[in-house]
Amino acid sequence: MTALAENLNAVDRRGAAGRLSDFFWKHPHVLLTVLLAPPLLWLGVVYVGSLFALLLQSFFSIDDFSGLISYEFTLATYRQLLSETNLDIILRTVSMAAIVTIASALIAFPIAYYAARYAQGKWKVLFYLGVMLPLWSSYLVKIYAWKLILAKEGIVTWFLGKLHLQWLLDAWLSLPVVGGNSLSVSYTGTFIVFVYVWLPFMILPIQAALERVPTNLIEASSDLGGTPAQTFRHVLFPLALPGIVAGSIFTFSLTLGDYIIPQIIGSSRLFIGQAVYAQQGTAGNIPLAAAFTVVPIVIMGAYLFVAKRMGAFDAL
Amino acid sequence: MRSERNRSPLGLKIAAAAGLAFMHVPILLIFLYAFTTEEKSYQFPPPGLTTQWFAVAWNRPDVWAALTLSVKVASIATAIALVLGTLCAAAVSQTRLFGRETISLLVILPIALPGIITGIALRSAFSMAEIPFSFWTIVLGHATFCIVVVYNNAVARFRRISGSLIEASMDLGADGFQTFRYIILPNIGTALLAGGMLAFALSFDEVIVTTFTAGQQSTLPIWMLEELIRPRQRPVTNVVAMIVVLVTFLPILGAYYLTRDGDQIAGAGK
Repeated sequence: MTALAENLNAVDRRGAAGRLSDFFWKHPHVLLTVLLAPPLLWLGVVYVGSLFALLLQSFFSIDDFSGLISYEFTLATYRQLLSETNLDIILRTVSMAAIVTIASALIAFPIAYYAARYAQGKWKVLFYLGVMLPLWSSYLVKIYAWKLILAKEGIVTWFLGKLHLQWLLDAWLSLPVVGGNSLSVSYTGTFIVFVYVWLPFMILPIQAALERVPTNLIEASSDLGGTPAQTFRHVLFPLALPGIVAGSIFTFSLTLGDYIIPQIIGSSRLFIGQAVYAQQGTAGNIPLAAAFTVVPIVIMGAYLFVAKRMGAFDAL
Repeated sequence: MRSERNRSPLGLKIAAAAGLAFMHVPILLIFLYAFTTEEKSYQFPPPGLTTQWFAVAWNRPDVWAALTLSVKVASIATAIALVLGTLCAAAVSQTRLFGRETISLLVILPIALPGIITGIALRSAFSMAEIPFSFWTIVLGHATFCIVVVYNNAVARFRRISGSLIEASMDLGADGFQTFRYIILPNIGTALLAGGMLAFALSFDEVIVTTFTAGQQSTLPIWMLEELIRPRQRPVTNVVAMIVVLVTFLPILGAYYLTRDGDQIAGAGK
């Protein structure tokens, strides 16, 4: 008797789930809504909502006397953003991002090229993991490692001392803009660490683009009498360019927004990220901080627009 | 496949090897410094080697507290990201949906925008809604940008499940839930595991968004950041740095072995 009841129950439960399943089958849009509602509520409403709220704040201003935010539409904060000191910060950050991007592309290309065209079997895996492990290992630990390396008593000084090249380092550090007391408090140090930390983001898309170049194109080029240099210049490089642009999106955007690297390894002059952090924290000027965040968004928007036209998104 | 004349030029070999060395030597140095006897500076070469700092680090309650908090945050953020990321991937892959590009963009946005923007946006949203900073605000921030790695892995796998498998299951009388349980889940299982591991590694390491969404609590990266700005006990930091490297390598290797046949690890979109 109880067994029968249990059986009936089971059929019933199965029936409810079955009915629900049938309902979803007949109304796929309802299923879609059920699936999409939670992630879209979180990302679309909460996250994008807070982004808009932040951007909105850049049109408010801070009252100079009370230090409170006055909720009135104004462009005063943007006028403040365009003052000389702040423009300096923006210019400094953008130039750093540009140099870092070029340097990463130069270092990344041979690695990506070798991994894509020559590495086979075990070596292919080694290259893959050789890029993935630094990419995923801790960001702070990577910065910390460079603090050890670039310190005055660290390995760079030791190594150059062994080679009797100490004078070279001293000469470099005595240069005006790029120099400083030691590498770890100079722009040179900031630059090296930026290149190091973002390098894997450049290698992966270049490698993806190069792997898609058909071998017979290269063979055709050399059959037609192209020297390796010509083949590289006219066949390989144009086909790899979307990959380089895709990688540059990462290196450029990440440099624009970073505030930890220049704070730990670098001179005391601010970058955009540090300015945002200082404005929202100690200065309590959220409107100016919000206006500062608009700068990377606008730059990256323009960058992405150009990149898309160059076909960079196919290489991601 | 490749003929002899296609052997790599020597210059290229050297450049590639030098590049790889540039990426790995700093990480190896971390391992060396964990054993140094020097306390006050970053002297190289280390004057002597010792294992005493491991014991010192082991007995530090603040390191343990930070580590526990990080593991808790990463576990819960990963769980949330797994659910939301899989839902998104399922919806996007099953239908020719209008606006799927928009959904992809929405998922990628928290990681495509500089972390400082995500951080400050969430912070001002929390303070506007008068939510006090707590464990949960950290988790919410992390889950937001962890969704993308789960989504990327799951979407790639969903694309490979052939539609005829699902139709066969339905033809044999299984309802939608049974098909999900017995056909879809076993097929996407390893992709979800890989995505989950990467999400865990991402959250475990995150510092930029965390500085904005954490109150007084410090996760392991925040602890590390404080040591970087104001070094108090360098040897302990060295040991912790080494442990962090080891802890993050394991999920990466695991994720690689789970997804190596065919689809890519969602690394390019970190």
